[in-house]
Amino acid sequence: MADHHEHHAPTGWRRWLLSTNHKDIGSLYLWFSFAMFLVGGLLAMVIRAELMYPGMQVVDPDFFNQMTTTHGLIMVFGAVMPAFVGLANWMIPLMIGAPDMALPRMNNWSFWILPAAFSILIGSVLMSAFGPGNPPAPNFGWTFYAPLSTTYGPASTDFFILSVHLMGISSIMGAINVIVTVMNMRAPGMTMMKMPLFVWTWLITAFLLIAVMPVLAGAVTMMLTDRHFGTSFFDAAGGGDPVLFQHIFWFFGHPEVYIMILPAFGVVSAIIPTFARKPLFGYASMVYATASIALLSFVVWAHHMFTVGMPLAGMLFFMYMTMLISVPTGVKVFNWVATMWRGSLTFELPMKWALAFVILFTIGGLSGLMLSITPADFQYHDSYFVVAHFHYVLVSGAIFSMFAAVYYWLPKWSGVMYDKFWGEVHFWSSLISVNLLFFPMHFVGLAGMPRRYSDYALQFADYNWWISIGAFWFGISQLFLLWVLIKACFLKKGEKATDEVWEGAEGLEWTVPSPAPFHTFDTPPVVK
Amino acid sequence: MQSTLFHRAAALLTTLMISGVAAADWTERSDLNMRPGVTAVSQDVYHLHMIILGIVTLIGVIVFALIMWSVFAHRKEKNPVPAKFHENVVLEVVWTVIPFFILIGMAIPATRVLINMEDTSDSALTVKVTGSQWRWHYEYLDYEGDNNINVGFFSDLATPPEVWQRPILSGGLFPVGTAQEQVGVEREPLTPENAFNYMIEVDKPLVLPAGQKIRFLITADDVIHSFWVPDFGFKKDAIPGFVNESWTEIPESAIGMTLRGQCAELCGRLHAFMPIEVVVKSQEDFAAWLAEEQEAAAEGPDMTPFASLDDAMEQGKPIYDRACAMCHGAQGQGGIGLSFQGTDYMTNPDRLQDNIDILLQGRGAMPAFRAQLSPKEIAAVITYQRNAFGNETGDLIQPDDVQK
Amino acid sequence: MADEPLKRRTRLSVAKLLVVCVCMFGFAYALVPLYDVICEALGINGRTNSVAIVDVPEDMTKDEDRTVLVQFVTRAAKDMPWDFEPMERSVRVHPGEIKAVNFRVRNRTGEDMVGQAIPSLVPGQAASHFKKTQCFCFDQQPLMANGEEVMPMIFYLDPAIPKSVNTITLSYTLYDITERTSVGGVAARQTR
Repeated sequence: MADHHEHHAPTGWRRWLLSTNHKDIGSLYLWFSFAMFLVGGLLAMVIRAELMYPGMQVVDPDFFNQMTTTHGLIMVFGAVMPAFVGLANWMIPLMIGAPDMALPRMNNWSFWILPAAFSILIGSVLMSAFGPGNPPAPNFGWTFYAPLSTTYGPASTDFFILSVHLMGISSIMGAINVIVTVMNMRAPGMTMMKMPLFVWTWLITAFLLIAVMPVLAGAVTMMLTDRHFGTSFFDAAGGGDPVLFQHIFWFFGHPEVYIMILPAFGVVSAIIPTFARKPLFGYASMVYATASIALLSFVVWAHHMFTVGMPLAGMLFFMYMTMLISVPTGVKVFNWVATMWRGSLTFELPMKWALAFVILFTIGGLSGLMLSITPADFQYHDSYFVVAHFHYVLVSGAIFSMFAAVYYWLPKWSGVMYDKFWGEVHFWSSLISVNLLFFPMHFVGLAGMPRRYSDYALQFADYNWWISIGAFWFGISQLFLLWVLIKACFLKKGEKATDEVWEGAEGLEWTVPSPAPFHTFDTPPVVK
Repeated sequence: MQSTLFHRAAALLTTLMISGVAAADWTERSDLNMRPGVTAVSQDVYHLHMIILGIVTLIGVIVFALIMWSVFAHRKEKNPVPAKFHENVVLEVVWTVIPFFILIGMAIPATRVLINMEDTSDSALTVKVTGSQWRWHYEYLDYEGDNNINVGFFSDLATPPEVWQRPILSGGLFPVGTAQEQVGVEREPLTPENAFNYMIEVDKPLVLPAGQKIRFLITADDVIHSFWVPDFGFKKDAIPGFVNESWTEIPESAIGMTLRGQCAELCGRLHAFMPIEVVVKSQEDFAAWLAEEQEAAAEGPDMTPFASLDDAMEQGKPIYDRACAMCHGAQGQGGIGLSFQGTDYMTNPDRLQDNIDILLQGRGAMPAFRAQLSPKEIAAVITYQRNAFGNETGDLIQPDDVQK
Repeated sequence: MADEPLKRRTRLSVAKLLVVCVCMFGFAYALVPLYDVICEALGINGRTNSVAIVDVPEDMTKDEDRTVLVQFVTRAAKDMPWDFEPMERSVRVHPGEIKAVNFRVRNRTGEDMVGQAIPSLVPGQAASHFKKTQCFCFDQQPLMANGEEVMPMIFYLDPAIPKSVNTITLSYTLYDITERTSVGGVAARQTR
């Protein structure tokens, strides 16, 4: 990717397989996550093809469950998380003036574990689709509640457990690397409160990862011993409790949700000031808001399980805590609006994506607030309303912010400007289709369609048809992005990017040449 | 389904324009908003939902208006020199504190409704609801102080596989088991006119009295299920080994209505295929119905022997089609389950007892049918299996052979 | 490449973070007993005491003014070929009154088996006030082929039980744990 190689930079496959360079590993992460995004999307297409009309037309109900399960797992662990890790790899050293990540060899490991982990998971899907006897892939939902995943899990559950362990190890190594880099390798003068907000959000995300990925590892280990070694953590027959699984899972799962959205806040907080030509409003309150969202995420997990039967006091506690999260989240949205206020706005593609993020993420946030209201949640829970909510925050939230980041930093990475025409097509096509895809899910959910249903009653038929159309359209739209990326990264066609790239851009990453050379900041810059 | 894009667009626009307030009866179905439901609790929840929806919509409109105004008025052409401010303590405090008050305003009605739902006063009827893969079982435990009722039954989806299995591909992922024969079969489209209760109809509904407090004890046999009738305003998980409880009181105005619900926690392959159907009766009608059920239960299972092999075969076929064909194939060719065509298990007389035992107790993925089928039904279906599909063993199993 | 102090600081940070990871992995396991404690304290899932109460308070008085209906619901798990039923389906008790009830089990199979009954009680807020001084559920229940047994359970309701509770349902699910235990000892244990 870099134009001028240093004398010791390896070439060919060795450059990638043995890479310890943060930019190369960042690129690997980004391409890997994009590939997983397409694979996970393909599974979603199967789901939507089946749900387009009432009746089972395309797949067996069990295969449908395998699709929802692996779609969720691949998107969460394969697309969103590695995408942000890739971004962290590329941008954190450039933003804090460090020559590389603190632990370059571990960096290499943490990436190359991922293809192994996902080969195992995708392998079980391929076996189920095309293998002899079609042995089922994991079919218990990405939340893999016991006992459906333990006593009743298919044989491939063990592959799933191994795969989750590997993903967890990779994430933990990535998080350690980020923390150590940010703590120890900042350029002189780069104090904590001068760090770009993206670095801050990633630092907090990394702490969340360190805190909860081991809990997930614990949960799947308990599953493994329940399945094969005679323990009964989650089996009532042996004195265990299936509800315990949900508590452990969501103790991981709720912080996990913020792991996927905090770096997105960082990205948007970098982009909006650039195109508003005005400094970020309320930098300090942004940092505190991020930290308080992270802390609160540890005391709200049970709002995912209001229907399991909890004492009244427990339900009230988790309801109030969950509602409280909307305060710091609101602060962030207001700060972004205030940053734009009386700025001098232009709307290049990164800004378009960032604006779409703010608006659509807010919709997801507001439906999240509705979900926190316990009595109403008894109706919303496990319906398509929930599906609508988390796709608004994860697709038009996390993934849109990722698109914003790609358009924003692509000229720095590749040295050429993205193709503006196809970029615009990608944006408008995705923006319209994502709403056609996810907005009607609110309606069918409220009207009573449960999630993870392979077939449904007829009053849901009209909207499901529209949702499927939106899904196919959104899926195809991503091929435009593929073309934009190929053109900029491999064909190197396009307007040559300047070092600063954007008129209003500020930060150390814009002081290095475009494309960023293989080694940067060998001598640390001095930050005033 | 033969509907044009135009038809779809028209339907979307119409539903968007009409209000989301639906009538209580399930026959008038909203596809847009939460159902207000029939009980006081469900209507409380509905009103709470509408209040919160109103508040968040208002917040959304204000925030989006500010963004749009900024996008319009502060774009570079109109405002070439940006302002320089980047903090304002007063403003930041204000927009941290105001949401607090809004939240308190939302928490108060929410807490009130929640406490209301936890009402534990005396109930007239206790029904034990047990979820299993993939049907519900209802057992009436006590009614008006009588704790010796002995009425319980399974409730299965009534929409037959021939209706919902509509594979359009041959080979590949879908056609497993009986679905294989369904590839490319011409069939009527699923429309409200010819399949109004598609996927939400059962063979034997739960019958409940109006105007009396009903307590549900909810549990599960295998994996976690969730009992959800939107018109009652709650869902409650059915957890294997543990019991959850919930209350409802259906008002007299709902007499004669059929309320429908679904399983709301992923429970495996046929998660979408275990609906809940509730028939509301007046107290007199309910008491009469219960007495009738008790009488039938007290008579005990019908143990009269079959007159002939043909008699047993005739009674066995519908049971096979309903209970076995989904896994073992309509022609006994197998699928998810074993094949029955000429297999040793089905033809070897020494394995007849095995055959009966496995049907009664289950084995591995094969569920136990002891509770679901009467001895006579089991005898009939085994006779059918051992004489159909080219097996022709001539075995005639009588109800007495099936020791439960 | 990096200067020495940086290398040392890096190592130290990594070590600290790894310790955090290991602790959090342990925390997942610590949640298991923690959850049990919280469940018994708050009555989540209707956990009742799992060891016999031996010291019944001597000054406990029967609250003659109140009665609570206690229902018994029994269920043999899906693949458990035993019959299991309460000999009384419900009893009315005064808080503070010690009551004995019996349950009947029968092994329908021709094989020695071991069962285990798992209790669950609703409403949850009553669970910590439901005290068992003797219960078959404290132990495993071995039964010989076609064997039958009457199993006692003795309990009382703590007089401090909330006034709002007027019906309690105690459910037992009977599981087959033959494979988890050594089958050889069934007869020996039963003749004890």
